Amino acid sequence: MTLLLKGVRPYGEDAVDLLVSDGVIAAIGADLSTTAETIDATGLVLLPGLVDLHTHLREPGREDTETVLTGSRAAALGGYTAVHAMANTDPVADTAGVVEQVWRLGHDAGLVDVVPVGAVTVGLAGERLAELGAMADSAARVRVFSDDGKCVSDPALMRRALEYVKALDGVVAQHAEEPRLTVGAQMHEGERSARLGLTGWPAVAEEAIIARDVLLAEHVGARLHVCHVSTAGSVELIRWAKSRGVQVTAEVTPHHLLLTDAQAEGYDATFKVNPPLRTAEDVAALRAGLADGTIDAVATDHAPHAGEDKECEWSAARPGMLGLEQALSVVVDTMVETGLLTWREVADRMSVRPAQIGRLEHQGRPIAVGEPANLVLVDPGARAVVDPAALASKSRNSPYAGRELPARVVHTLLRGELSVLDGKVQK
Amino acid sequence: MRRHLLEAADLDLADATSVLDTAAQIESALAGREVKKLPTLRGRTVVNLFFEDSTRTRISFELAAKRLSADVINFSAKGSSVSKGESLKDTALTLEAMGADGIVVRHGSSGAPHRLATWVQGSVVNAGDGTHEHPTQALLDAYTIRKRLGRLEGVRVVITGDVLHSRVARSNVRLLHTLGAEVTLVAPPTLLPVGVGSWPVEVSYDLDAVLPTADVVMMLRVQAERMNASFFPSAREYSRRYGLDADRMAKLPDDAIVMHPGPMNRGMEIAADVADSPRSTIVEQVGNGVSVRMAVLYLLLGGNA
Repeated sequence: MTLLLKGVRPYGEDAVDLLVSDGVIAAIGADLSTTAETIDATGLVLLPGLVDLHTHLREPGREDTETVLTGSRAAALGGYTAVHAMANTDPVADTAGVVEQVWRLGHDAGLVDVVPVGAVTVGLAGERLAELGAMADSAARVRVFSDDGKCVSDPALMRRALEYVKALDGVVAQHAEEPRLTVGAQMHEGERSARLGLTGWPAVAEEAIIARDVLLAEHVGARLHVCHVSTAGSVELIRWAKSRGVQVTAEVTPHHLLLTDAQAEGYDATFKVNPPLRTAEDVAALRAGLADGTIDAVATDHAPHAGEDKECEWSAARPGMLGLEQALSVVVDTMVETGLLTWREVADRMSVRPAQIGRLEHQGRPIAVGEPANLVLVDPGARAVVDPAALASKSRNSPYAGRELPARVVHTLLRGELSVLDGKVQK
Repeated sequence: MRRHLLEAADLDLADATSVLDTAAQIESALAGREVKKLPTLRGRTVVNLFFEDSTRTRISFELAAKRLSADVINFSAKGSSVSKGESLKDTALTLEAMGADGIVVRHGSSGAPHRLATWVQGSVVNAGDGTHEHPTQALLDAYTIRKRLGRLEGVRVVITGDVLHSRVARSNVRLLHTLGAEVTLVAPPTLLPVGVGSWPVEVSYDLDAVLPTADVVMMLRVQAERMNASFFPSAREYSRRYGLDADRMAKLPDDAIVMHPGPMNRGMEIAADVADSPRSTIVEQVGNGVSVRMAVLYLLLGGNA
């Protein structure tokens, strides 16, 4: 298939025409012409397709809340061309069989590259290593391993996991939460939790694990990735570790860049998430960390939940919120319109670096002739109010409901094929 | 007043004073009468929705509603559809369909009454939610203080015990501040929430130091099981450092009073001879609770009958 994109602005810079043919970028220049299909993309910002390091697709196990297909649609509509599907499915993705099943479902959906994350430990139980090598060698080519939602809290086991995945060119993505400090925890521990009478989730429970893990990673010379960093102290620790040369990378979610623990007022459990929403000071530190590169990537932690698991008492609700379809808009709102990131840096944090962390060779590539045509076209001037009922996800637990956000994903291309055309998913 | 009473912050000074004044009027209207009943809420339905066992609070609300001639339904979670997995929302919609005018809710989860209030048309009264608030307890405590000491403005109230897990403490801190009292919290640091610094209170770890200037000492219930999570080393050590015994009580000014929201752990946070002393308002608080809850139900439900 050949497709000509007229008037696009790569990384928000000067407008050019871009010819896509046979899945790759065939030509870039002024006034290109073709007999094939042409899209007038005048003024649209062109970025490499986004890569999510942290997505919950819920299949197998909770197909009532999301499937690989519906999650792929949400991802494509959000401008993604690859997503890492987290391991906390039912059954857990802790064997080659399960990760290959998820990978195959993604391949069949054909809208984004679905890259399974393998569990670090059997059943996410934190007791013994899962067969990491078998998952790495499978068709799913797993490179990211995580017990996400559960912290690998046993320091000896974490050390072994970090060491073991070196042979696989893998990385352990740690959900940093010291479990003994978060028993019954419901929200950020601070002034609001004290007043609302909700058990606090202290920042130190995250920071203590990050401090330990960066030292372990340094000691054994392994790669460590820190999931959904949420506190100012965590940013400082990661900055310090990087200055020492530790091979650590980190991600932040869109919701932690935008929302604070003030959202817990009223006890609407849509805003219950793990790690919890923090203070305005933490939000500022996370934005600064993403801007200076201390935090490498934006990752959605897209977590679909059924209505009955959210429309209930706060303490009974499941933690997590949707993110795929609004991630880019939130980043534009919090980072671009505030002058903290250029579009080129947005591409770096949402595509290039996450692809490198996940060792995805054909994602996060430069916009250049001969490169794979994994691309997203964004209308930076559009603004829209988020309507959960209009989302492609099977679930409705969006924390952005009723909020006006900037930027709209207009087209998405996966290997030169349109997965999204004019805001409409093609499968 | 607002439509619901979910937390003490729902009451400004005028609202809170109005509840206390109304309670006083109700009390004097019923004093000495053979038939202790007012027709105010005739034809109105009040549901007591109790997801946690609490006999004393439930019967206090039940008596209050009945003395106002409301129809009262007691809905206890145990043995009901709730224990069979029905959600709070479905329960709310059921009560809504039955036309409840007022819902008095006790729930183990902080914020449950707030959620309930978004799903029903009737007025919701929080009768204690998790470790959040118990606003009618604070109102009856304020009423008791005003009755005994004649004022609230400038009254020095010491609240001692498990502040971290206490909904009574949270409601009292807010309401007493609204009413102009000066509150000091006394507890071991483990039983004070991180973030207490933003509350309009003084904080002390030393009960003996604050007793000589207190007008009111309010003892909070402390569960001995808290020692298992190392909030304190032992019940004995807690009692020695933070319990109110006769020796400590002797440090109080002559007209100071001793309060406890009940149920008490005699010998733990309060000694038996203190609980039964003339300074103690503990039994009086129970009686005042009915008057104050009548006032709350009257003000929330009475206007548009």
